[in-house]
Amino acid sequence: MDAARPLTILYFAWLRERVGTAEETVQRPADIRTVAGLIGWLRQRSPGHDAAFENARVIRCAVNGEFADAAAALGDGDEIAFFPPVTGG
Amino acid sequence: MATVRVQREPFDIGAEIAALTAGRTDIGGIGSFLGCVRADAAPGEPAITRLVLEHYPAMTQRAMADIAAEAERRWSLLGCTVLHRVGPLAPGDPIVLVLAAAAHRQAALEATSFLIDWLKTRAPFWKKECLADGRERWVDARDADEAAASRWADAVAP
Repeated sequence: MDAARPLTILYFAWLRERVGTAEETVQRPADIRTVAGLIGWLRQRSPGHDAAFENARVIRCAVNGEFADAAAALGDGDEIAFFPPVTGG
Repeated sequence: MATVRVQREPFDIGAEIAALTAGRTDIGGIGSFLGCVRADAAPGEPAITRLVLEHYPAMTQRAMADIAAEAERRWSLLGCTVLHRVGPLAPGDPIVLVLAAAAHRQAALEATSFLIDWLKTRAPFWKKECLADGRERWVDARDADEAAASRWADAVAP
């Protein structure tokens, strides 16, 4: 069986600064199926990741360019973006 | 059809209004909101010398177009323009422009208000302030902005 296509993870604003990168490609374990599960798994990657996600209440997410919530399902090859509440305008 | 742009360079509100109204004789009014970078700091804090706007390029244009489409669904607009700047900006610089054209003022003004309220809470932009003492900090989202946006949630278009 072919391996699942990896996820592209994007970080913006202070999440990018805490994680230390704007973008990374990850191969998720098969049992990680939602945004919430992904966050828990990403937190274990480095102290920076852990710090970035420590206050889940202020983290927003988009899946393939659409706002998504923590329960959103992950698909093969998805682009998942994490960021703080927006402050444009 | 809305005009939606994200750009680093300044915009000219007069030129944008001219583009919106060119050849039209059905437009009776244009609502406008021009947002500018404020330098004001909290009491006892150093002044803001620069604002840096970051965005999510693959998402921004579509998010802005969706917001414009929602305004066009709620009000009978004869055109609208939504521009947002990114990159480094100085206090006083124009940062965002919303124009909404309609036959009558109520739709133009209400749609303008709606567009800026939703833009502030539903488009992926983030502001970082650079202070006179060299510090930098990300701007926190304001509850007041969320409250302003949420008042449109169940609003019925006239």
